[in-house]
Amino acid sequence: MHELSIAVNIVEMIEENAERERADKVDKFEIDVGTLSGVVIDALEFALEEAVKDSICSKAVWKINKIQAKAQCMECHHLFIMDNYFTSCPKCDGFGKEILQGKEIQLKSITVE
Amino acid sequence: MCDSCGCGQPGENVTFRKPGEDEKPTHSHGGVTHNHSHGDHAHEYSVSREIIIEQNVLQKNDLLAERNRGYFEAKNIFTVNLVSSPGSGKTSLLEKTIRILKDKCSLYIIEGDQQTMNDANRIEKAGAPVIQINTGAGCHLDADMINKAVKSLEVKDNSILLIENVGNLVCPAMFDLGESQRVVIMSVTEGEDKPLKYPGMFESSDLCIINKTDLLPYVDFDVEKSKKYACRVNPDLKFIELSVKTEEGMEQWIRWLQERD
Repeated sequence: MHELSIAVNIVEMIEENAERERADKVDKFEIDVGTLSGVVIDALEFALEEAVKDSICSKAVWKINKIQAKAQCMECHHLFIMDNYFTSCPKCDGFGKEILQGKEIQLKSITVE
Repeated sequence: MCDSCGCGQPGENVTFRKPGEDEKPTHSHGGVTHNHSHGDHAHEYSVSREIIIEQNVLQKNDLLAERNRGYFEAKNIFTVNLVSSPGSGKTSLLEKTIRILKDKCSLYIIEGDQQTMNDANRIEKAGAPVIQINTGAGCHLDADMINKAVKSLEVKDNSILLIENVGNLVCPAMFDLGESQRVVIMSVTEGEDKPLKYPGMFESSDLCIINKTDLLPYVDFDVEKSKKYACRVNPDLKFIELSVKTEEGMEQWIRWLQERD
């Protein structure tokens, strides 16, 4: 259940940024979650419900964008979509790859007043 | 302010009017002065604005982990983060490692568990300075806990610091502690498909120890198959097969630690 500590981190980051912007409230925030990030989106949704309580974003709506993992084969340089860590290159079947996206968990934006 | 004459810069105070037009009303709200009238909106509106952040949610942990890493490098402390599911033999491996190495080099241990001092007591008995971190409900150690633990352990220069993470093959994978190397342990009493079931941990590790090899004649575990699965997730992963109980293969692990691979 590391999603709860991630949700708490997200709310802290929103509060820090909102304070810097001298905002009174946060209406909306957006988060990018990669498919290889190890975060279960449903669990994060659930954890956020709790984490936002009594914070500056208690009334905010949020959007979680699922970022599909992509990699480049280290053998033949083919670009491909990864379903999991052990997806092999569909062109040469090699397992050596550089993951280009899909491991991220990031606070993308906040909308404040 | 204008550099030449010291007057204020022209801004919204400059007006443009044709003969016969009224001067547009000037007013301010929210600290912003406007020259428009209120025909199309109410006065008490608030300005909603989107701010692009694009910050890694684990940034705090990652930054602190890098600080730890710099500290360890400066003091030449070789730090190993041991991760595995509960019951794979992490603590037993540490006990035996301490008994073999304690007179040859300076060793420190950080123990992570949700509850109890049991592991720290075992380690102290084996003869190494130890600190126990109880995470309560937490499922992993993080860089901040290591930062505090290292300060209170007073780890000497040129030491080896072994960190036993909370027994969990999922969450500790995401939290960098600032370690030099991450070691994942699996035992032959587990399924050989562990690397496929919990790929995040195997992907982020440098070395995989396959423990309890003395039990191989009694279980269906296929060592080669498990290595093949792990290499699919992480082609650079190294392996050491050993039995903490019979000490077969222990010398490879000790050599790995001493040579700081």
